[in-house]
Amino acid sequence: MLSAEDIAALSLTLKVASLATFILLVIGTPLAWWLARTRSRWKSFCNALVALPIVLPPSVLGFYLLILMGPAGFVGRLTIELGLGTLPFTFAGLVVASVLYSMPFVVQPLQNTFSAIGDTPLEAAATLRASPLDTFFSVVMPLSRSGFLTAAILGFTHTLGEFGVVLMVGGNIPEKTRVVSVQIYNHVEAMEYSQAHGLAGGLLVFSFLILLLLYNVLKTNPVTQFK
Amino acid sequence: MTQAIIAQFKLDYGTFQLDVNLQLPNSGITVLFGESGSGKTTLLRCIAGLQHAPQGFLEINGKIWQDSKHSLFLPTHKRALGYVLQEANLFAHLTVSGNLCYGLKRIGQSSETEHFEQVIELLGIEHLMRRMPERLSGGERQRVAIARALVLNPEILLMDEPLASLDAKRKQEILPFLTRLHSELNIPVLYVTHSQQEVAQLADYLVLLANGKVQAAGLLAETFSRLDLPQAQNRQAASVWQVNVVEHESDYHLTRVAFSGGELSLPALDATLGTPLRIQIYARNVSITLEVGKATSILNILPATITDRVDDEGGQTVLRLQVGSQPLLAHITRKSAQLLNLQAGMAVYVQIKSTSILN
Repeated sequence: MLSAEDIAALSLTLKVASLATFILLVIGTPLAWWLARTRSRWKSFCNALVALPIVLPPSVLGFYLLILMGPAGFVGRLTIELGLGTLPFTFAGLVVASVLYSMPFVVQPLQNTFSAIGDTPLEAAATLRASPLDTFFSVVMPLSRSGFLTAAILGFTHTLGEFGVVLMVGGNIPEKTRVVSVQIYNHVEAMEYSQAHGLAGGLLVFSFLILLLLYNVLKTNPVTQFK
Repeated sequence: MTQAIIAQFKLDYGTFQLDVNLQLPNSGITVLFGESGSGKTTLLRCIAGLQHAPQGFLEINGKIWQDSKHSLFLPTHKRALGYVLQEANLFAHLTVSGNLCYGLKRIGQSSETEHFEQVIELLGIEHLMRRMPERLSGGERQRVAIARALVLNPEILLMDEPLASLDAKRKQEILPFLTRLHSELNIPVLYVTHSQQEVAQLADYLVLLANGKVQAAGLLAETFSRLDLPQAQNRQAASVWQVNVVEHESDYHLTRVAFSGGELSLPALDATLGTPLRIQIYARNVSITLEVGKATSILNILPATITDRVDDEGGQTVLRLQVGSQPLLAHITRKSAQLLNLQAGMAVYVQIKSTSILN
């Protein structure tokens, strides 16, 4: 039922989503920790910045990323200076855009988990001779397992479903930037409804199963975590 | 007594100031006693290094943990201390055994030591080792938390109202462990509480705090019976005596105990001769007579000297007496005090209606 092009789009999507999720966990964890613990006056500012992709139309985010990463943009000039060329319409650009787009879906569950842990386990660990870094790995991480799982799954599924940002930053280049959501759009444009069903239905079932897993197995409520 | 703990802290939170300068014994249980807001928890947190007092000096058994004059502040994880809070605060992701070994791993020690076994046995938690914290009762959790701090063999054990969240029954389950800990392990304990009962049962040394300042500090019997402090006027005012079992009068269901300066009869106790006991005598259960009456049902009549007298506004007189070497408080009516013309320095007899045994 799926054409070779569909399969290529699917595999590209999975690659982008996995890589973006990995990067998000690596940079999102310290960011979420800082946001959960800091009393800095920049906290609200950073919280608002991280949450922006939730409320912003993806096309707006994509538009500004396109400009920023383009040859005239600040980031674009930097990447050219570094000999990397420009990021729009490349796989790397797609990953960067996805990371920014899905940031709140990873940072917020982590931030909530970290806040919920509170000071006392950290103080208990300190009185048991554990340094702050040691405490993070031996107490905070194990206690935040469900938060990490929620963050990873939401970051991954949210990246799978992006459309507006991808279209702006990545365009519609087969095997390079054409992800599932764009491919579905192509099928619908071409009136190939049955092929659109194959991909769209697959995505629907997959996303539903993931959320079912979150609600049922982890007993967490992934959606209210964004309130 | 060796003065081996020096704690000086000054901090200002605007609405609350802490200003203490204490020298404390390096053995036994020192109780920090005061109402909530008196600064006792803040003081304990400063000692633990969980709070950083901008001006402070802290020396524990010759080791300096803070000296703000020389910009020295040892972070908590580098201080050899044990800390037990009101909530047991066990790591939910580790078993009891995992919790106990958490600190040991970090100081590079194994759990196969005599000290470890002794602590486990002392707190009676051998049978809980494989359980997860969520499957323990409140009292069990607190015992594990105390053991977790003790297995590290700290220089000092800090306890912040460890019994406050437990009901009366659980409290009675833990108190004996605390008194045993006291007699079997040579680790000085700083114990924060606002319960007079816990003070009477546990304290060797008492520090009274109010509004961030030290009101009084000294040995329990002395400090507890000072008339210039509010708790002597309190309805619950009491004296605490250290005594030893010397004789059982089984015909009368009585036990004789001795203190430095005399003997008392108590309701029969199941304790071997020589057992040390701590008893509490409420000031309201002590009356004064000028001569030993020939006909009285009260057994415990002892010669005493009045050392101080304070009249309060409610028609009550508080007397401080010396019985042998023990201080004793008595609450009587001002009228009786007037009729008997009681003054400091007078030799009288005290009649003790009842006593309670603390442990």
